[in-house]
Amino acid sequence: MSLTVAYGALATGIIVWAVLVMKLRSKPWEATAGAAPAGTGFSVSAKRIGLWIFLAVVTSLFGLFLSAYYMRMGQHAGHGPMAAGDWHSIRDPSILWLNTVLLILGSVTMQSARAAVAGSQLEQTRFRLFAAGLLTLAFLIGQWLAWREIRYSEFFTPLNPAVAFFYVLTAVHALHLLGGLVVWARTLARTLRKGVELIDVRLSVELTSVYWHYLLLVWLGLFAVLLST
Amino acid sequence: MAFVAIADRDHEHALHDPQSFIRKYIWSQDHKVIALQYGFVATSIGLVALTMSILMRLQLGFPDTFHIIAPQDYYQYITMHGMIMVIYLLTALFLGGFGNYLIPLMLGARDMVFPYLNMLSFWFYLLAVLVLVAGFFVPGGPTGAGWTLYPPQAVLPGTPGASWGIICMLASLAIFIVAFTMGGLNYVTTVLQARCRGMTFMRMPLSVWGIFMASILGLLAFPALFVSAIMMALDSLIGTSFFMPAVSSMGEQTVHTGGSPLLFQHLFWFFGHPEVYIVALPAFGIVSDLISTHARRNIFGYRMMVWAILAIGCLSFVVWAHHMYVSGMNPYFGFFFATTTLIIAVPTAIKVYNWVLTIWRGDVHLTVPMLFAIGFIFTFINGGLTGLFLGNVTVDVPLSGTYFVVAHFHMVMGVSPILVVFGAIYHWYPKITGRMFDERLGKFHFWMTFIGAYAIFLPMHYMGILGVPRRYYGYTDAIQFIPPSVHEANEWISISAMLVAATQLVFLYNLIHSYFKGPVADPNPWRATTLEWQTPQTPPKHGNWGKDLPEVHRWAYDYSVPGAPQDFIPQNVPHSEQTPAGREHGVPT
Repeated sequence: MSLTVAYGALATGIIVWAVLVMKLRSKPWEATAGAAPAGTGFSVSAKRIGLWIFLAVVTSLFGLFLSAYYMRMGQHAGHGPMAAGDWHSIRDPSILWLNTVLLILGSVTMQSARAAVAGSQLEQTRFRLFAAGLLTLAFLIGQWLAWREIRYSEFFTPLNPAVAFFYVLTAVHALHLLGGLVVWARTLARTLRKGVELIDVRLSVELTSVYWHYLLLVWLGLFAVLLST
Repeated sequence: MAFVAIADRDHEHALHDPQSFIRKYIWSQDHKVIALQYGFVATSIGLVALTMSILMRLQLGFPDTFHIIAPQDYYQYITMHGMIMVIYLLTALFLGGFGNYLIPLMLGARDMVFPYLNMLSFWFYLLAVLVLVAGFFVPGGPTGAGWTLYPPQAVLPGTPGASWGIICMLASLAIFIVAFTMGGLNYVTTVLQARCRGMTFMRMPLSVWGIFMASILGLLAFPALFVSAIMMALDSLIGTSFFMPAVSSMGEQTVHTGGSPLLFQHLFWFFGHPEVYIVALPAFGIVSDLISTHARRNIFGYRMMVWAILAIGCLSFVVWAHHMYVSGMNPYFGFFFATTTLIIAVPTAIKVYNWVLTIWRGDVHLTVPMLFAIGFIFTFINGGLTGLFLGNVTVDVPLSGTYFVVAHFHMVMGVSPILVVFGAIYHWYPKITGRMFDERLGKFHFWMTFIGAYAIFLPMHYMGILGVPRRYYGYTDAIQFIPPSVHEANEWISISAMLVAATQLVFLYNLIHSYFKGPVADPNPWRATTLEWQTPQTPPKHGNWGKDLPEVHRWAYDYSVPGAPQDFIPQNVPHSEQTPAGREHGVPT
């Protein structure tokens, strides 16, 4: 659980920082002269804040999965060698490298779509958004191929926790990407409408790109853990 | 960021005014309707859990009398009672119910910032409850693994509901967590972004502070339950060994290899302990507002109360293993977690002192909500003190398998929050319905529930110290150290429990009858300062505030300000209008 506790410490740090921002040292019982203070909410859209909070939740989820992963491996101080006996490391399918490249390209393309929307280039926005989604779909198909490869390999058995964790971690990540693709499809549909004003989809494209970068980071983390164990 | 306001403009027309019955009451996006939907579903499933507690008490009080209650039924009642009360009733009611109703109204907002997500949150919650209830109808019935669902026994044959029941439970929990995440995102973002003009963080009522922090805790802690639910479902369905150790069951070796049951306990309690505060913090916040309003005094130490809420929230993530002293984990962990447990008692004690000091020399009105609030303080102190026993390893080890834990847990986590729920329902009932409840019935409800709860749980402390084991279906004569007085106590506890349960019917009657026949309520019957009492209509209409949003000029606790014409000044009254010159500072605490 040490990873999770570290994340908890980080979250605490953020709360402390937020406390400073929120000016919790003020004395609300004292009258303030003049008009009511304007400060209500941060000067950021609610959707953006909502996304960041959601990313905190997803971080907690993956942090806990990884904590469980390491604890089950028996590397945790409290367990000793007791739990590790049945853990047999697997050879990770080499297609994962290709998948990683695809997801990186997807993220880069999503970023370029964001640049296009900021530069008011409608056609470029549509094209790049579409390409980013396709690359992500290709990543998911690649993950499915990796699943098949392990399924038909000699070391496949659900009893080996290394195999079970491989499936669970990649599946949870893929589900998050699929959820992202639903939002991507909606955003793409909005850009394809006749007479669309880019300003109306700008926030959606931006937030989609943030989510894509985040899931890329998560994948890089997961991939590093899978490779190293 | 200048473009954001324009880029986000689709959000502006989220405030439609629904006309049809279905859009208004079924697929509603109005936070007040969603709050009531949460309330109805939570109360309904809570009544199921209450019924199961009565069935358990029938067995414990009068063993060998009710043959319809078999041992496996008893364990199913235990499990479902615990899980429903903690998750599907208390969590849903405090955050989905009160959170939804109070956050926008207390902050001067028109609605939650993501109304559609809010609606989805409720429907996922309802789905979670339906899947949970489906567990009663599947082969083998619901799971009887105990509310903590510990492996390996949760998925081994021999435990009731080990095939279908446990899957229903895990699926239901996963759906509930999805629902909660949608709701929690809304609550946190609304508090951050939708406060009306002048509503700074330090002017927010403590109810909102409690719900805000509890939502953050829930968002970060529920994923732990989600992770454990997924992994246990896989252990059960396809034979992985995340949690399941190599174990033989019914004389046969199972397929499982070296899974770690201790890992499940860590994950479960990493969620489970913050869960205590997910329920407690909204209760702390709400009770602060009830006490301040009905004692006609500003809350003592507002700033300290806010800091205590934040401190409790952060510390609640580093105390989880005090539930696991007897699990066989590394003993050094026990030392660490006993220390953090004692530390978290400090901000909690600060809150208790502040409540008591708020009442001290206040103009206390013993209204029904105030009675429940005072009842809460009593019960919470009681449960908190026994928590000091159980928080220390050496005292916990002999007590942890006994009724002492049942008593402590119900005092601090069952009776205390539910007293706040009752107080809060009575307090906001006039605003929600526009009618006044029957005060006499309310007081009858309070005294019966309060005294009844003590009649039930005080003797359990005594039983625990005698060493009476918890979780047992019955106590045969072979257990010789249990004196006859325990059996007598069990009878009286059961009779008290049935009386308390029957009293809740009076409460429901009061709510329903008053809704149709009660006298029309004043818009601000308690003469309270917070914004929800200043709405143009009672009950508030869609959009809450008519044409213009309110503007806040003061904190939420301007009660009995010296020199003011009334003993309260609402938050939206400017300073120049009611406070005489030279007294702008109100009552310093």
